Amino acid sequence: MNSRLIIVNVFRWLILLFVQIFLLKNMGFYDLSTPFVYVLFLLLLPFGIPNILLYVLAFGTGLTLDAFYDTMGVHATACVVLAFVRISFITVSLNKDAIDDPEPSLSYMGFQWFALYAFLCVITHHLVLFFLETFRLTEIGYTLMRCGLSCIFTLLLILLVEFIFYKRTSR
Amino acid sequence: MRNLWIFISRYNAFFLFFIFFLIGVYLTVKNNAYQRSATLNSTNEVVGTAYERLNVFKRYLNLGVVNDSLASENAKLKTKLLALTTVDSTKEVQVIDTVTNQQYTYLAAKVVKNSITLRNNVMTINKGTLDGIETGMAVISPQRGVVGFIRDVSAHLATIQSLLHKDTKISVVIKKDNALGSLVWGDNNFDIRKAFIKEVPNHIKMNVGDTVVTSGFGQFPEGILVGKLSKTNIATNDNFLSAELNLFNDFSTLQYVYVIKNKLAKEQQLLETPVKAK
Repeated sequence: MNSRLIIVNVFRWLILLFVQIFLLKNMGFYDLSTPFVYVLFLLLLPFGIPNILLYVLAFGTGLTLDAFYDTMGVHATACVVLAFVRISFITVSLNKDAIDDPEPSLSYMGFQWFALYAFLCVITHHLVLFFLETFRLTEIGYTLMRCGLSCIFTLLLILLVEFIFYKRTSR
Repeated sequence: MRNLWIFISRYNAFFLFFIFFLIGVYLTVKNNAYQRSATLNSTNEVVGTAYERLNVFKRYLNLGVVNDSLASENAKLKTKLLALTTVDSTKEVQVIDTVTNQQYTYLAAKVVKNSITLRNNVMTINKGTLDGIETGMAVISPQRGVVGFIRDVSAHLATIQSLLHKDTKISVVIKKDNALGSLVWGDNNFDIRKAFIKEVPNHIKMNVGDTVVTSGFGQFPEGILVGKLSKTNIATNDNFLSAELNLFNDFSTLQYVYVIKNKLAKEQQLLETPVKAK
């Protein structure tokens, strides 16, 4: 890991959390669809990151969000689940020794892979998040609907951000 | 042991996930009041439902015994019914009162002398010791609420220290929220239609129109009507609230009263005396 990568990630963390906390926290369609774009930070962490560091970062990011959302532990848990899905998906879909791209972003990995990767990570994150928040199964339909709609919203925003910062690279 | 370490480090992603996930869920349940209560409630719910199911099953098993007992009870009742329907109506039937748990009995009496104009009003009724009246018994008026206490008793007459008396203090509650208070009369206001409820705890919210009834702590049975609040939150020097109330009872037209005999009065007095003596 070179220092440039660290600086980029630190800035990404700051900007994404700033946007999430001060802008997206106040957004939402009828309490049904609320975007959680900050997970993009966890999605875009470099390939070479050790698992333990990834988990600590995920947990820490989640706790920071929790502090602002007043939901101690909910986001942290969801982020940890996301980190697990991220590790599993990368292990399954890519040959770890042959990875020469620095980070799993749209620019490096292509739309198809990134879209699937983002979708899986975001949907598990949102499922855990909303079910922990609701904490009961009686409103399962409503919770699933909230989860699905928020997932669509988040994914749209993530893809939008990724296309805005798209770097044309030779693959 | 070495193999275990290899196993753990090989699947470190999962084990780390497990640890962090547990920490996250623990934090969630520990720090969020709703989630904590939901966890407790759902466990209770599960346990409760399980017991309920078990109960239904048990009841089903007991159906035979229950049926038998119901049948025998039916038979007994039917024989009784038969005896009742064939009773000769011209014969005098002796009624044996088996109600032993009845705490209060009522005795009607006529007011022979009444006063309402004094500071300390006393009235006289036409029942005395021969009718079983004793000092301290409560007196109410039919349907209209409290009157006072028996004061002195002679063979055929008794005097009532009415509510309109300096020393009369009756334990009452505001019916809405069961807030205790004391009913007194003549606090700067000698209107016979008004009385005061004092010593209501400060946190109680009183509204004009709230019904006041007796508390059942003194000689009076529970729930005897007293009046309706007409003025609330009168400032006092102590830490309690006061309120003014309109009495349901019109003392000026009082003709008949009920004297209440409390079967348990002696027992209660006996029980409570040593406590007071201490």
